[in-house]
Amino acid sequence: MSDLTNLTLAEARDLLAKGETSSKELTEAHIAAMEKARSLNAFITETPEKALAMAEASDKRRKGGEAGVLEGLPIGMKDLFCTEGVLTTAASHILDGFHPTYESTVSQNMWNAGAVLLGKTNLDEFAMGSSNMTSHYGGVENPWRKTGDNRPLVPGGSSGGSASAVAARCALGATGTDTGGSIRQPAAFCGIVGMKPTYGRCSRWGIVAFASSLDQAGPMGRSVRDTAIMLEAMAGYDPKDSTSVNAPVPNYEAALTGDIKGMKIGIPKEYRIDGMPAEIDQLWLQGIKWLEEAGAEVVEISLPHTHYALPTYYIIAPAEASSNLARYDGVRYGLREGADGSLDEMYEATRGKGFGMEVQRRILIGTYVLSAGYYDAYYNKARKVRSLIARDFAQAYEKVDAILTPSAPSAAFAMGENMDDPIAMYMMDVFTVPASLAGLPGISIPAGLTQDGLPLGLQLLGKAFDEESLFKVAGVLEEAAGFDATPAFLAA
Amino acid sequence: MSVDKDTVAKIARLARVRVDESHKESLAKELSNILGWIEQLSELDTEGVEPMTSVVSMKLPLRDDAVTDGGYPNKVTANAPEGAHGFFAVPKVVE
Repeated sequence: MSDLTNLTLAEARDLLAKGETSSKELTEAHIAAMEKARSLNAFITETPEKALAMAEASDKRRKGGEAGVLEGLPIGMKDLFCTEGVLTTAASHILDGFHPTYESTVSQNMWNAGAVLLGKTNLDEFAMGSSNMTSHYGGVENPWRKTGDNRPLVPGGSSGGSASAVAARCALGATGTDTGGSIRQPAAFCGIVGMKPTYGRCSRWGIVAFASSLDQAGPMGRSVRDTAIMLEAMAGYDPKDSTSVNAPVPNYEAALTGDIKGMKIGIPKEYRIDGMPAEIDQLWLQGIKWLEEAGAEVVEISLPHTHYALPTYYIIAPAEASSNLARYDGVRYGLREGADGSLDEMYEATRGKGFGMEVQRRILIGTYVLSAGYYDAYYNKARKVRSLIARDFAQAYEKVDAILTPSAPSAAFAMGENMDDPIAMYMMDVFTVPASLAGLPGISIPAGLTQDGLPLGLQLLGKAFDEESLFKVAGVLEEAAGFDATPAFLAA
Repeated sequence: MSVDKDTVAKIARLARVRVDESHKESLAKELSNILGWIEQLSELDTEGVEPMTSVVSMKLPLRDDAVTDGGYPNKVTANAPEGAHGFFAVPKVVE
């Protein structure tokens, strides 16, 4: 592993600022790392030539006295963000050969801040999954291994390629998107930091849509500081997304003061679920202790509708997905099948061949719950329960500033596990989905290891648009946890 | 709610997704399981609760109803499997 790829994004930024390295040098080191880590299958498309051109342009800008927040820093972009002229697949067969003629707002914001694109990272097809196993381009390997066991593990999902690439030191950071946990759960599985901001903080424009009332972009990195730096560049008002919020973007890095004295942290009793491994419960207790030692006041709270969050999510997300994915019809993008038949036959053949099993399952569920006669019983009911879940959080936040929970109910599992039971897979998001339904920000921090050496994460949830408090508490937790274990595989 | 093979065929048709005959039975079972699990929401009393319409409390912004973009049909159709003269092309629908 080269010294340059083992830096945090913040350290690399500081070296660049001091003139001790160049973006070209940094980018070359990461391109080499990305090539050496191909066995992980973390990238669907590598863009080394574009990366070098961007790096050289960045070095020139810096010489001219210009430097953005991410100036010269090579990153991975989840292959759900449209990138102009660069293959964008959403890990689906149905988007074969799709080269967007426009750039997503979040990626454009990052290029404007000086970032360098290494490539497009792998994901679950249309971001639907918690293992990265539903990708048309094959599963991604987690760079971690259990002690004394070389079986490949999943990186979590859906932002599994981003998590794996960052953990294996192929990229200084990467973007993710989170609909029900797709940033936080893979971050926990791969021992990195993953942050989902408040709904509306980052523009959704140019992100391949899954469930529009839930989708939100966010950063993944190897430290809380790195994700704070990245979010500042990604976030911001965008008139092209009607749910984008017109509020100033603070300097998130400045929020990392280390001082949480007197802050109130809630511990929701409903998150202590049956069958959760004892070591996860232990880590949660340890997290409580760390925050208390740092001067925070820990309070037990109740989020009484937690248990209903997953079934609510599995009505709302598929319902929105079934209408969002109606656009893939063999007419406007990528794949076309059955063109010799009628228009309807062409639609059906294209969608039958182009969508994988999990995507089809969700489209069918979504169609069913929205169909005549079931709309009220399922979809409207779910929207009402969603209001109750949001109210739970609103009431809790009258008493506390942030909430501490585990990130996921297990550590990374083996590739192929949990594949024959969709509901077992859905359970992976049990701790992340409630805040998604309420639109609230959350961050997962690597906080410890299982007995067999796999990373475990703790999750902090915050108030709407108060990402600063979240970063502040996360920074303290990170410092206390002192997580410095490294995965078995590092791009050397 | 239990879903049978015919219901699978019906919703697959509504969603315009071709599902192989051999696959309908297993899909019916999977969907029944998922819907059965979702059913637990009916335990909750939601009388008088407003369904959520917006995650973040904000007014949707309005702008003047004017053309702000466009004029590049070739860019719009660039990714079409089949296109002609700046249009998307589909199988013949009128005899």
